[in-house]
Amino acid sequence: MNDSSLPLVQVKGLKKHFPIKRGIILERQVGAVRAVDGLCFDIFHGETLGLVGESGCGKTTAGRTILGLYPATEGQVVIDKQDLFSANSREILAIRRKAQMIFQDPFASLNPKWTVNSIVSEPLRVHKLVPHQKARTERVKELLNLVGLSSSHVNRFPHEFSGGQRQRIGIARALASDPLFIVCDEPISALDVSIQAQVVNLLEDLQDQLGLTYLFIAHDLSMVRHICDRVAVMYLGLIVELADRDELYERSLHPYTKALLSSVPIPDPKKERVRKRTILEGDVPSPSNPPLGCRFHPRCPVANEHCSDEPPEWREVSPNHWVACHQF
Amino acid sequence: MSHLLDVTNLKTRFRTPEGTVYAVNGVSFHLEDGETLAVVGESGCGKSVTMLSLLGMIPIPPGEIASGSALYRGRDLLKLKDAQLEDIRGKEIAMIFQDPMTSLNPVLTIGRQITEALCVHTNMSKKQVREKAIELLKAVGISDPYRCLDEYPHQFSGGMRQRVMIAMALSCEPALLIADEPTTALDVTIQAQIVELVIRLRERMGMTIIWITHDLGVIASLADRVIVMYAGFIVEEAKVDDIYDDPRHPYTLALLAALPRVDHRRKQRLKSIPGAPPNLLIEPHGCPFAVRCEFAFDHCREENPQLVSIANEHQIACWLDTKTGKPR
Repeated sequence: MNDSSLPLVQVKGLKKHFPIKRGIILERQVGAVRAVDGLCFDIFHGETLGLVGESGCGKTTAGRTILGLYPATEGQVVIDKQDLFSANSREILAIRRKAQMIFQDPFASLNPKWTVNSIVSEPLRVHKLVPHQKARTERVKELLNLVGLSSSHVNRFPHEFSGGQRQRIGIARALASDPLFIVCDEPISALDVSIQAQVVNLLEDLQDQLGLTYLFIAHDLSMVRHICDRVAVMYLGLIVELADRDELYERSLHPYTKALLSSVPIPDPKKERVRKRTILEGDVPSPSNPPLGCRFHPRCPVANEHCSDEPPEWREVSPNHWVACHQF
Repeated sequence: MSHLLDVTNLKTRFRTPEGTVYAVNGVSFHLEDGETLAVVGESGCGKSVTMLSLLGMIPIPPGEIASGSALYRGRDLLKLKDAQLEDIRGKEIAMIFQDPMTSLNPVLTIGRQITEALCVHTNMSKKQVREKAIELLKAVGISDPYRCLDEYPHQFSGGMRQRVMIAMALSCEPALLIADEPTTALDVTIQAQIVELVIRLRERMGMTIIWITHDLGVIASLADRVIVMYAGFIVEEAKVDDIYDDPRHPYTLALLAALPRVDHRRKQRLKSIPGAPPNLLIEPHGCPFAVRCEFAFDHCREENPQLVSIANEHQIACWLDTKTGKPR
């Protein structure tokens, strides 16, 4: 099954634009929110790719479009040699079995009227993986044990669980169909610090045990450095830098990556006192009207005239280190 | 230095249909003139309720302040009448709230909201009030304050709204500013802007600050002293350097070990804290952290340790000397 030289997930020129409409009877499109505007990257078997950026940069939209939860405007996504957007509905169902998602909010992503049993067994029913109800319940119990919950929890409702436990239920649901690839959309940002480490360790253990591949979407750069093998930094719908974890954190090239890293607080007062910060001015511009040229140029501390004229090329400046900036 | 605020044995409870919630269980601390005190803890540890109790902002019923005193410049805040408290709130003690999206009134202009405290607490003319508001907006780094005054909150981004909130809080030049997770809802780059702004304003106005947070990163650059709370108790109190270099309470130790670092290469799995924070509906018995503590022994489950001094300005509530591993 594992051809490790071929990427498991290939994303090519992926775009997702949401139309902005005006008028009630004579409805017409007056613009578009360019949430994702041309992403290119591969995810290899067994690795964790981090996708980081500030809110509104399009990272969640990217994750959802990659799984086909949003129809893409343009581009191609290939999951395990299957093209998602040219597939028919039966093939899509097969891809969905292999590619699952863990959502950000453990309170909103579980149906409050369903028991844990029906929530976790839904993928089993949809994909007709375990036909008999008794066997399904057994499988659900196995899954609950796998994520560190007790098999006696099967008949409880989501409100009886804490945030961390609910996130574990969400993980059990994602694992139910034996997926190869999981998109983790900020799976820990709604949890308390002491619970975050539990869930992160669980995700890592599951990856080791089951050989999973993750796309880990997050805004917490410290956690991303801990869990990811490679990291992609997004700004206004585009990836501006992509490199191996330590390469990115120690030798970042793009001015946005540098500014982002320098604004992450370090829990060490002695280091903080001597730290030099690059503080970005202003806010992220609107994705419905992104700046011309390099999208980062209005906030960039090192921009010149060239940056506002022409968008920078996406180039590999050293092995496996990609950056989109005119300086390199 | 004299004590600006002296809180002793504060207990706040809520009578709810499910039972009594033991939110704050005997909290004592002091605040020196001009210092920045950070209060750290997970959600539900009572950090916000403590501060709201001091300002008489707990709804009674269901809330109830069961015991305690809070001497602010010789006056006990907990015994003041509402009208007397109103003279202090917003004028001498001001508060910034967590969520800049919901804590501004959406149907009033920014100008109206900033000037409200000035109109209540001072007898400036309308023109003077408006000038003062413009000055305040300039001080918090809003570039076009004249236009801003007549705009509504929805026209601002999260970071700008938080600046407006800070401007409101500073309008009467309070002696004490209580900031309740002011940067939690913001992106890291915006958080860095706000932290820098607060540090600058603190130097200029000589304010005393209480900064409530769950993030041990932010306060490393801000605080002079740190209080760590757990389940309505203070478990450790120390100078900022000691909290990070020489933490003594098992909870503080575990919290710091559970944090990944943006400036360190990955060494090992994160150390997670097992279990979840305690149910506050159960009257506390023994040390609240005992069930999750790796060092706990029998005595911990029977009697709750008092906060005791173990070094210069360093207090912990624990039966164990974590340095030697022996009971005290």
